Amino acid sequence: MGAPLIELSAIERVFHLGDSRVHALQSIDLCITAGEYVSVMGPSGSGKSTLLNLLGLLDRPDSGSYRLAGRDVTTLSADEQARVRSERIGFVFQSFHLVPRLTAAENIALPMVLAGIPPAQRGERVRQALRDYGLENRADHRPDQLSGGQRQRVAIARATIMQPALVLADEPTGNLDRTTGEEVMRLLEALNGTGVTLIVVTHDGALGARARRQLLMADGKLQHDRAGSADRPGEACGLPT
Amino acid sequence: MRTADLIRFARDAANGSPLRTSLLILAMAIGVAAVVVLTALADGARRYVLNQFSAIGSNLVIVLPGRSQTGGFNPGNAITSTPRDLTIDDAQALLRASAVHRVAPLAVGTSEISVGGRLREVMVAGTTAEFIAVRRLTLAQGRFLSSGDWRRGASEAVIGARIRDELFGREEALGQLVRVGDRRVRIVGILAATGQGLGMNTDELVIVPVALAQAMFNSNTLFRILVEANGREAIAPAKAQVSEIIRLRHEGEQDVTVITQDAVLATFDRILGTLTVAVAGIAAISLAVAGILVMNVMLVSVTQRTAEIGLLKALGATRKTIRNVFLTEAAMLSLAGALLGFALGHAAAALIRQLVPAFPALPPDWAVLAGVATALATGLAFGVLPARRAALLDPVQSLARR
Ligand SMILES: Nc1ncnc2c1ncn2[C@@H]1O[C@H](COP(=O)(O)OP(=O)(O)OP(=O)(O)O)[C@@H](O)[C@H]1O
Ligand SMILES: [Mg+2]
Repeated sequence: MGAPLIELSAIERVFHLGDSRVHALQSIDLCITAGEYVSVMGPSGSGKSTLLNLLGLLDRPDSGSYRLAGRDVTTLSADEQARVRSERIGFVFQSFHLVPRLTAAENIALPMVLAGIPPAQRGERVRQALRDYGLENRADHRPDQLSGGQRQRVAIARATIMQPALVLADEPTGNLDRTTGEEVMRLLEALNGTGVTLIVVTHDGALGARARRQLLMADGKLQHDRAGSADRPGEACGLPT
Repeated sequence: MRTADLIRFARDAANGSPLRTSLLILAMAIGVAAVVVLTALADGARRYVLNQFSAIGSNLVIVLPGRSQTGGFNPGNAITSTPRDLTIDDAQALLRASAVHRVAPLAVGTSEISVGGRLREVMVAGTTAEFIAVRRLTLAQGRFLSSGDWRRGASEAVIGARIRDELFGREEALGQLVRVGDRRVRIVGILAATGQGLGMNTDELVIVPVALAQAMFNSNTLFRILVEANGREAIAPAKAQVSEIIRLRHEGEQDVTVITQDAVLATFDRILGTLTVAVAGIAAISLAVAGILVMNVMLVSVTQRTAEIGLLKALGATRKTIRNVFLTEAAMLSLAGALLGFALGHAAAALIRQLVPAFPALPPDWAVLAGVATALATGLAFGVLPARRAALLDPVQSLARR
């Protein structure tokens, strides 16, 4: 497989709530190679979302190091992190997070608008994305005129419009029925098929089992790191020996 | 983010909550309209007064009996006896001054005018032929008082347009004999209607020779002496010469007041100009109120759109981009409000001009510019805090908000 995309070592994340401390992530070591398909499972409160936010540079660890594509990203400034998010990371959320007043096409174009890409280039890419996700006839619909599955397809189109190397999905099927959820998973997996690294947080064991590599979290710790059929342990990155 | 995209995004956000948007625009518009209308009124008042003063005549130097008290209490004044009267001789003596072009004495009193059983109380002005030129009056009919010896006035009168209408209606007034007080005089001229005039409305005036007026009122004093200087530059020398001549004639005592129209004009101009600035300042307070409203509404907007802000951050928006999104929205709303207020204010000023044609209610350019600029500046200044708050939001917590 390819070079390591994500290298976490000794990551700690502690939340302070008044006097009590919640150890949301504890000594996490993790290596994910470019192009992998990873599912993250575990009971509620085990730190799955916290891990994903950290991987997406929406949150910072209290200690430990995070190297993304070989570069230490924990020390970057907020604006540098924003640039990394813009260029390399796509998010898919459980509650879609579409901007209600914008049409499907405008929602898909939003990352390009924020990145300052000229309108001429945007138009063609949005049209292609609408075609790829079967939304040609929904381009001018607002989110409240779309079904849940269509909304999540818009969200996936938006997450991939900047052609990121990494797509992070936090319970992307949580608000969808079973068949729609599977359809969304297939779209994400197809994306992985094109070489995009995919990390999906899910409660659903069946959906999680589809990933070639499955992480199980409990109490902020990595409990299990199982690599589907061909057993490949977490240190596949080939940490310096 | 490109400027065009910023503007479109801010516009869509503003359109997304029409009530909030229209309230903000309205508040800003009222502030700007207040500046425009109030300064239009104040500046209109200034211009109205200046116009009125200019209508009296130009290059005027006016002599009043008695010393002006503006210098405060003067013990020397208290001891001297009552001031000497101004007389026709005083007025005639002023003709010797080199800077003086024309002189018109003015004696004033009230009397009754009657013709064919119709009777009316009128103000009677006794003066000479020069008066019409000095005061820049125009005749509608006939001629003005005949020139000649100031002390021997003919039994003739020139009447104002309103007097003519009230006493004669459709009948011919010119050449008619009327009774003024206990005198019978012939109407030789009728003044053109002016509809205005500060202090003395010439439409309701009966003008007779000064000697006749003095005989009528049984006095030989003058109310004023109007002096027209040779030109604008001659006003100051004329004032000095007039003062000196009267002082010599009054046994060396400075017992008259000599004012120039210019000085009066300048004083009024200054007072009323200050008033305009003051009024503009008061109106600007409403803009500050509008600014505070902008801030609060934008803060509410940031709170309502927290999840959206989190999303924008997740999609790669920098803090600067987020700040610009909110600042652009605040600026756009302020600009829209300012333009609306500008239009409303001008419409209101135009309406006032329509209703009161004599009153030139036009907002001065500086006030309009200052009003619009203040609106934009307040909108932006009060938009900074909400925009900063939005930019500094934590993305994870923002996204968790629904
Ligand atoms: N901002 C925060 N402040 C305080 N505690 C927090 C915060 N965010 C998360 N936590 C705590 O950290 C722990 C991990 O939370 P996290 O959201 O990662 O769990 P999760 O595995 O995603 O759970 P779920 O399956 O319910 O989404 C929980 O105990 C949670 O209460
Ligand atoms: Mg979670």
